[in-house]
Amino acid sequence: MPEATRSETARGAAAELGSPTLGSFEPSPKHPRMSNTRLMTHGSEALARWVCFLCAFVSVATTLGIVYVLVSEAGRFFTSVSPLTFFTGTQWAPLYNPPHFGVLPLLCGTFLIAVGAGLFALPIGLLSAIYLSEYAAPRVRGFLKPALELLAGIPTVVYGFFGVTFVTPILQRLFGEGRVEVFNAASGAIVVGIMILPLVSSLCEDALRAVPRALREGGYGLGATKMEVTTRIVVPAALSGIMASYILAISRAIGETMAVKLAAGDSPKLTLNPGESIQTMTAYIVQVSQGDTPHGSIAYQTIFAVGLTLFAITLLMNLLAAWFVKRYRAVYQ
Amino acid sequence: MSATVSTSNNDSPERRAAAAHLAGRHRRDRIFVLLCQAATVIGVLLLAALLYGILRDGLGRLSLDFLRNPPSRFAGRAGIMPALYGSLWVVTLTGLVSVPVGVAAAIYLEEYAPKNRLTAFIQTNIANLAGVPSIVYGLLGLAVFVRFLGLQRSITAGALTLALLVLPTVIIATQEALRAVPRSLREASFGLGATQWQTIRFQVLRSAMGGILTGVILSLSRAIGETAPLITIGAASYIAFAPRNLSDNFTVLPVQIFNWAARPQEEFRATAAAAIIVLLAVLLTLNSIALVLRNRFQRQN
Repeated sequence: MPEATRSETARGAAAELGSPTLGSFEPSPKHPRMSNTRLMTHGSEALARWVCFLCAFVSVATTLGIVYVLVSEAGRFFTSVSPLTFFTGTQWAPLYNPPHFGVLPLLCGTFLIAVGAGLFALPIGLLSAIYLSEYAAPRVRGFLKPALELLAGIPTVVYGFFGVTFVTPILQRLFGEGRVEVFNAASGAIVVGIMILPLVSSLCEDALRAVPRALREGGYGLGATKMEVTTRIVVPAALSGIMASYILAISRAIGETMAVKLAAGDSPKLTLNPGESIQTMTAYIVQVSQGDTPHGSIAYQTIFAVGLTLFAITLLMNLLAAWFVKRYRAVYQ
Repeated sequence: MSATVSTSNNDSPERRAAAAHLAGRHRRDRIFVLLCQAATVIGVLLLAALLYGILRDGLGRLSLDFLRNPPSRFAGRAGIMPALYGSLWVVTLTGLVSVPVGVAAAIYLEEYAPKNRLTAFIQTNIANLAGVPSIVYGLLGLAVFVRFLGLQRSITAGALTLALLVLPTVIIATQEALRAVPRSLREASFGLGATQWQTIRFQVLRSAMGGILTGVILSLSRAIGETAPLITIGAASYIAFAPRNLSDNFTVLPVQIFNWAARPQEEFRATAAAAIIVLLAVLLTLNSIALVLRNRFQRQN
């Protein structure tokens, strides 16, 4: 902004000071601006600061709320079911009679989806990030990057629909209907993989771009080809950023709900067969929420116990990712 | 390179080996570029496949009646009117809550906060909240808004849940916009005798408005697409009427899509796909507005 306009804006602003805004007072008719500006200043300055602080504190309150809600409801659940049974049981059938409360099948389903999505999205995401950061001409990049961002903005329920109506039929044609069920882990894993692909690619690209140019020039100076510079200098130098993006993406895959619920189904099973229907932790919470669950019932409490497990896993992964990010920032910034 | 330098013994075995080695390295280089290009193209192709699949299934079902009708047992008559209104109500209220709170929080962190442990803690906390799975917010909303505050399965409960969900994104986007405001602008304002709040209110916020708006639109378009937390707090599956007030039961577009997509009958697939087209059209419009705003904002600075 040029100097003249800036001071004009400032003067315009000063003229507007009398208008009633949050925490300001009407100008007194007797004494124009000067004296009462100073008067209102003290009160409204402190007020504005405090209101802003309280708003920032809402985020802390949210975290406390999440932890309190999950821990207290899960705590009630653990008074009737021992944590040992919960974490080592191999059967999950909380709504049946007799009920079984072993969370391992849900963990296994979640694991299957996360690993499958990772196998798909992590290598492809890194390669496309390398292309976008090291090779692509600005014009090509200007077209490809918004396309990937568009992929990131599509709601997850749409991915679920895509899984059921598009990916599953293709899988069934490729491997036979006998081996791929209508709802299957593979389809869920693939659509979640598509979902986290833009995340991996854009975070990896940021990490690659943060590598100083001089490192690349050094490599070329030694006669390395572009691929050698990329794979032996740039990628290793960006490794902690890449790791962070990988962990965040897997954590996102673990917390993903609607796509998995629609594509992979609702059968908690301790299986590693991607052709079978499974249930993830998130899909179970949705399944219970769809029915009318009476408050205080054991089914109501299970979703909080499962939610707590999910929250703990994703929180640990996010903290780990933050640690990696801090490390690469420390090196290059 | 060595191959181009002419020397007396051009055909020595060592020289040929070196040339072959170099050619191999260059070949690998080319293959690697192709591999990277292919990986990028996969992303774009998937986007195309997704759009193609949805348009193929849903385009035939789109009509004005589809927008005006309530859902129905008969796929051919089903429409999205209550879901559209529900989405509109929810996203409006979500914005009314999350935007002022989020912007004020960002102002505190960027303009007021001292560099101490508490500030660092709040900042880390916001980053972590952004990574919490959306369904966990649904559990929070269920326990706090639906049960504890007794809001039942109302629009208010849904909107407050989504407001907490998008709050970290709003805060982070606003912080980035505020950080882009040059320090000299603040100094000039102080120099003219403005107080800190006056500087924020009349200089910093105005200058950052484009960036803040972009962030807000992107956050709210995320709220429009959210499904899981609303199902968790009990957004109803069958609602025949548009909501009248904030304590009404409601459904939103993504929840309606989910209910149709989860049905085994083939006819409902087309209905779900048609509703997805409407949802994507809304999101695309919002994203384009955000993009235009961002470009205008970048040109101004």
